[in-house]
Amino acid sequence: MARTLFDKIWDDHVVERLPDGTCILYIDRHLLHEVTSPQAFEGLRMSGRRLRRPDATVAVVDHNVPTSDRSLPIEEPESRLQIETLEKNVAEFGVPYFKLRSKDQGIVHVVGPEQGISLPGMTIVCGDSHTSTHGAMGALAFGIGTSEVEHVMATQTLLQKPAKNMRITVSGQVGPGVTAKDIMLAIIGKIGTAGGTGHVMEFAGDAIRALDMAGRMTLCNMSIEAGARAGLVAPDETTFAYVEGRRFAPKGEDFEKACAYWRTLASDEGAVFDTEVTLDAAEIQPNLTWGTSPEDVIAIDGIVPDPAQFNDPARARQVQRMLDYMGLEAGQKIAGTRIDVAFIGSCTNSRIEDLRSAAAIAKGRHVAPGVRAMVVPGSGHVKAAAEAEGLDAIFREAGFEWREAGCSMCLGMNPDKLTSGQRCASTSNRNFEGRQGPGGRTHLCSPAMAAAAAVSGCFVDVREMA
Amino acid sequence: MMDKFTTLTAIAAPMPVENIDTDQIIPARFLKTIQRSGLGKNAFAAQRYNDDGSEKPDFVLNREPYRKAEILITLDNLGCGSSREHAPWALLDFGIRCVIAPSFADIFFNNCFKNGILPIRLPREICESLMEDAQMGANARITIDLENQLVQRPDGSTIPFEVDSFRKHMLIEGLDDIGQTLQHDSAIQSFEQKRQRDESWRPTIVMETVS
Repeated sequence: MARTLFDKIWDDHVVERLPDGTCILYIDRHLLHEVTSPQAFEGLRMSGRRLRRPDATVAVVDHNVPTSDRSLPIEEPESRLQIETLEKNVAEFGVPYFKLRSKDQGIVHVVGPEQGISLPGMTIVCGDSHTSTHGAMGALAFGIGTSEVEHVMATQTLLQKPAKNMRITVSGQVGPGVTAKDIMLAIIGKIGTAGGTGHVMEFAGDAIRALDMAGRMTLCNMSIEAGARAGLVAPDETTFAYVEGRRFAPKGEDFEKACAYWRTLASDEGAVFDTEVTLDAAEIQPNLTWGTSPEDVIAIDGIVPDPAQFNDPARARQVQRMLDYMGLEAGQKIAGTRIDVAFIGSCTNSRIEDLRSAAAIAKGRHVAPGVRAMVVPGSGHVKAAAEAEGLDAIFREAGFEWREAGCSMCLGMNPDKLTSGQRCASTSNRNFEGRQGPGGRTHLCSPAMAAAAAVSGCFVDVREMA
Repeated sequence: MMDKFTTLTAIAAPMPVENIDTDQIIPARFLKTIQRSGLGKNAFAAQRYNDDGSEKPDFVLNREPYRKAEILITLDNLGCGSSREHAPWALLDFGIRCVIAPSFADIFFNNCFKNGILPIRLPREICESLMEDAQMGANARITIDLENQLVQRPDGSTIPFEVDSFRKHMLIEGLDDIGQTLQHDSAIQSFEQKRQRDESWRPTIVMETVS
């Protein structure tokens, strides 16, 4: 029977199928960070259980690390405690660990692919919903809660039921100035934040094939924002070229064997998907969000919706509430809306390709008066690569802050936060109320759009700045 | 070990809102804990407290009798966003043992079961009726009968609900998943041995020192 990419990875990891259909699913890679692991390690310790496979586990600090000068101690006592707790735990249980002051440190979802830890065909989990990012490798990767983190630590498996299959086909090619972020915002805008619930979402079509690995990671990263359990892109020559030579990837003959296996994973001709969605790439514009849910998407030439246009009174109330929170008027043009902050970073958009695309806009321009613009590379290696290309100089000369790797302003758990009422052009993944700091107003967009807003002082169509 | 869940008769708090995300349930700035307990006081912090820390009197969980609510009823897509288990921990620490909504985000739905909270999916019209019941205040106690899979309304009428049989069993017995899975340890071991034998190209992560 024809199977999908998801079906194949799933079948290759089923240890045992229980009578009610629940599967004991083997986990190839378990990524840990400081926020969702302490209670799991504590549980392991209290039950006298061992960490089953330290050689399939990697830890890194990212969520609450400051992105300022790394030679200084961490001021926030609670953040310091979480980081120290992780360091104590990895030492006790023998977990490979990229420490704060290492070039290998970075956002866990940037580090995994970059180090060759995340590979095609694998099952990959982490106590973080954006684990879906690693699906770009052609791996089944998803976020889990802390109870499940402990479950994987103790058993190297999870109890799971298979998801439904969804395929999102983006046909044709996008126009200039339109990025993977714009494609994903278009998808979420179309199907909504619960559109993918219960499904694993495979991205297909010419526009997806044409994306580099960074773009595919952006897509899969935000598949959780569409409610999907995971996102997937079938591994192809782009993937293999990316993987080859990375630190923990198979080498030599092993790499050839691995590629031979990975080539078998793509969805079979005739495989049946429970849900199919199609988009025409040529119709996708540079997009951004106007509200406080990632589905509140409009094109840069669009207007902010009016609550009166919604028949459902609950929805109309919600739209009004979002407009009030965001400080926007119904019917206003989104272009021209002034911003206070531009944030380029996060597990969605902090890879070298993202920084190049922002730098291309920043080059020879300057951040508008009154705007704070920050660039936060996804890892120490991304930072070093950017510096080797001179991107840091472009950003600095243009008035952008050039910072150390971490989650930074994506989630308001470290010193990088919005203050109440500040409006931010952000390359991150969630525009929830208070996500970037209490009262902060987030507009999700691509790195190029964020850079364009930074130098213009307001949202502008990046295509007019080329 | 979790508390067993059999039946629950309790006050239900109505929150007629869609897409209540995990950042609303517990904002990220409160996640800097290394414990599971103590998050209840900051559940729904942005909606519950003013900047000076005083309570916002209009918010449902600040009003009587809902301060003692053990059931929460909302509209679609409850728990969307992060995988943080701090969200169910915060609800549990507040006292919530059952959440009812037309639909849930997947990870949150799972995380609830693992912490002894029963998530119940019911059609939107029924959720709206239950919210009307809940508006009647202290006299409007709702009973959740997990064994028989029934929600009993204050007027005595009942509404059946679906629940995964495995999850139901684990909740009723207060069982922990890990012990259950480790009963299959020999199957896990043979899976690993077969892998090592047939697919030796699969790399492991070995680092000489902390990097």
